[in-house]
Amino acid sequence: MAKINLDHIRHAYGLRPTAPQDYALREVHHEWNDGGAYALLGPSGCGKTTLLNIISGLVRPSEGRILFNDRDVTQLSTEERNIAQVFQFPVIYDTMTVYDNLAFPLRNRKVPEAQVDKRVREILEMLDLSDRAGKKARGLTADQKQKISLGRGLVRSDVNAILFDEPLTVIDPHMKWVLRSQLKSLHRQFAYTMVYVTHDQTEALTFADKVVVMFEGQIVQIGTPAELFEKPSHTFVGYFIGSPGMNVLSVDVQGSTARIGDISIDIGFAPKVGKGQKTELGIRPEFMKLSRKGMPLQINKVEDIGRQKIVRATFAGQPVSIVVKEDGEIPTDAHVDFVNSGINIYADSWRVEREG
Amino acid sequence: MATQQSPSPAAATSVAHVKREGPKFSWIVPLVYIVFLMIPIYWLVVISFKSNFEVMNSFSIIPQDPTLRNYKVILTDSSWYLGYVNSITYVLMNMVISLLIALPAAYAFSRYRFVGDKHLFFWLLTNRMAPPAVFALPFFQLYSAFGLIDTHIAVALAHCLFNLPLAIWILEGFMSGIPKEIDETAYIDGYSFPKFFIKIFIPMIASGIGVAAFFCFMFSWVELLIARTLTTTSAKPISAIMTRTVSATGMDWGVLAAAGALTLIPGVLVIWFVRNYIAKGFALGRV
Amino acid sequence: MNKTWNNKAWFLVLPAFIVVAFSAIIPLMTVVNYSVQDTFGNNEFFWAGTEWFKEILDSDRFWSSLGRNLMFSFIILVIEIPLGIFIALNMPRRGIGVPICLVTMAMPLLVPWNVVGTIWQLLCRSDIGLLGYALARIGIQFSYASDPLHAWITVVAMDVWHWTSLVVLLSYAGLVSIPDAYYQAARIDGASRLSVFRYIQLPKMKRVLLIAFLLRFMDSFMIYTEPFVATGGGPGTSTTFLSIDLVKMAIGQFDLGPAAAMSLIYFLIILLLSWIFYTVMTSSDAET
Repeated sequence: MAKINLDHIRHAYGLRPTAPQDYALREVHHEWNDGGAYALLGPSGCGKTTLLNIISGLVRPSEGRILFNDRDVTQLSTEERNIAQVFQFPVIYDTMTVYDNLAFPLRNRKVPEAQVDKRVREILEMLDLSDRAGKKARGLTADQKQKISLGRGLVRSDVNAILFDEPLTVIDPHMKWVLRSQLKSLHRQFAYTMVYVTHDQTEALTFADKVVVMFEGQIVQIGTPAELFEKPSHTFVGYFIGSPGMNVLSVDVQGSTARIGDISIDIGFAPKVGKGQKTELGIRPEFMKLSRKGMPLQINKVEDIGRQKIVRATFAGQPVSIVVKEDGEIPTDAHVDFVNSGINIYADSWRVEREG
Repeated sequence: MATQQSPSPAAATSVAHVKREGPKFSWIVPLVYIVFLMIPIYWLVVISFKSNFEVMNSFSIIPQDPTLRNYKVILTDSSWYLGYVNSITYVLMNMVISLLIALPAAYAFSRYRFVGDKHLFFWLLTNRMAPPAVFALPFFQLYSAFGLIDTHIAVALAHCLFNLPLAIWILEGFMSGIPKEIDETAYIDGYSFPKFFIKIFIPMIASGIGVAAFFCFMFSWVELLIARTLTTTSAKPISAIMTRTVSATGMDWGVLAAAGALTLIPGVLVIWFVRNYIAKGFALGRV
Repeated sequence: MNKTWNNKAWFLVLPAFIVVAFSAIIPLMTVVNYSVQDTFGNNEFFWAGTEWFKEILDSDRFWSSLGRNLMFSFIILVIEIPLGIFIALNMPRRGIGVPICLVTMAMPLLVPWNVVGTIWQLLCRSDIGLLGYALARIGIQFSYASDPLHAWITVVAMDVWHWTSLVVLLSYAGLVSIPDAYYQAARIDGASRLSVFRYIQLPKMKRVLLIAFLLRFMDSFMIYTEPFVATGGGPGTSTTFLSIDLVKMAIGQFDLGPAAAMSLIYFLIILLLSWIFYTVMTSSDAET
């Protein structure tokens, strides 16, 4: 397993990129830890698949270098990088048995047969597939096939990283959960470096130690699920993570007060906001409290989604969503309070740090 | 959500950058093959522009003294050019009949189970395996009995023997790819079967119809044995006229080559029109 | 797809059934009828039982035609199937090359079969043919009209020219339907070019190859027009295949009884062989 360095990587599919918009991937510069589980999360077209393909070696970046354990692999082919990849839909060799499927990568590398057998049996055990070892792979269910795809990566004990490209797309909903927890426990047991591409926030948040949120070709935030929830560093992260997403309100900031129309909110610190920057206040629906006093609010609709109710409302002329517990009270003459610690201030969409 | 969908080529990513398998000069293989395919056709065209004197008495890769005489012979003599008209007439008739009859049948096979369905389907396909030579004589007698000999419709009907099963097979494949829910939704929306079939279903399998039409055209156009057996003069196909004229006028190589070259044109036109569907039609594994 | 049971669907199939039955069952009954009767003209027929079948099965003429047919089918299958796969493997997958290849390669398939014969006649004659003339210049007197071997070479080359494209197009369609992920996975697994072919491309092409194989077998077994035009079945009977023999017998000599008996035997052989090939080639699917 290896640590992965992405050194000033940029990529454009056109021949001669001139403007930043020409890049499918604008400047990525990060170090990913050995044994970490990273999820690349973002809407389709955000560049996450491009980044994955750059790591796997299917795509050469236009600029920058990629290093595995400080060794430059930018010019190396996929085979030479020694990685494993699980694709969107299961890739298996239909005509081979489950056993031969798993043995295939080792046999191609001329590993002695005794060793192949030992390793394959270990992996079969690990993936709960021992009882199907002699069966033709084509007769299996989608989730078992996907496990074989994974197994072909795991048999090679020296892989640098295991990459997943939306691996649960074709799996039945009830098996998704099972497979995801199996993945998670494999990661805990064996500390593989894993990179997991998905557009599903639940998958990303439950799978990864660190979630890498991408938007329009750049990484907007890397953080633990809690960090993404509490301190989204870009309004996009706020929108994208959480359901419903963060409320973002246009405000004027003066000192430690944010003004929306004729309402003033004390935000408890004085963010540094440059002149002419677009300032916004972000607050998650969970941090807005309905009450009988506080700031005025007009409720438009209440959606009951089981354990929670979502209140769609208009606050100072802007639409907001508020999460209320199942048994929470919704007053007729509604007012609202903001939980101070849940307030984030954004300047030109990027979060302004609180000082102290 | 204000998520902006930038038109990024994420989906095309893996496609565009995967290097081709195999050696760099693999294009030589199809090139050599295409040259092999084109040489005989080239020679046919070359001869069609030569006079008989030049064909017989000198040998050259390109015509020394190109002439349009051979084409003029064909295009001014009605016994020649009517052959093309006849061929195209019965080919088009066959195409229309095959498709009109195959569409409802293919729909039935793709949507319903009924008594004897599998046997019927298999039996239809076995007709594709019947050597035309077997049927040549009984066809002649059958169509004589109905007074249909030497009519276009006789050839068109006879060609249905192998084209209709083929069309059903191809169309069934395309129809099975369309979810049944589409039908049910349409019925719920108050469409009658004929209205649904014509207004909704047929447009959805348009490419399948194109592919089926292509193959009907192809097999009817290239067939000679049955077409020749069932016609004497007024519906005689061009291919039969070619074989007859060769023996009648001695060896008029130039005219023969010109007639042959002209039979290539409809084929080329049809391929050009369906070129985007060919691979798709074959991809279904149906021919 | 789960289909609903509905016997009214027969109404949709009925027109197709009638048209095909008209063109298949009635003629076939006529053939059966002839095959068991004898005639001395004047439309008088006598019951002949299995006499014609015995006569056909006892005749050297039938067996040698059948032998030539089997030989021919074997040779062209051995050439066309691997050649077709090989060409398809090397065809471009995208870009301007794709339509060029598809259109030019499909061309021979749309040439009327007698014109195919004519084209090869024009090509191979040593007096006016490009190929025949070129061979004569380097000292080979190529004559498909007098040398049986040359006649066979001509007929086989003609069939390869005419039909290999069918195998190519089918294989190509099978190949392009393989998602790129398979190739990527194979590279990650360190598979060799040969392994990629053996474990990915060949299994994925299996279905279309089965169809290509059956079609080529059936059509080569029924071949009539092309050799009839190019060689006329000669020299002697060296390229007289079953169809040619049959037509000679039925229309040339008007031996209706034997011709009908031969038709039936011929048809049954095709059905039987196709069924055997189909069963053998799909049997590996059954075991999972």
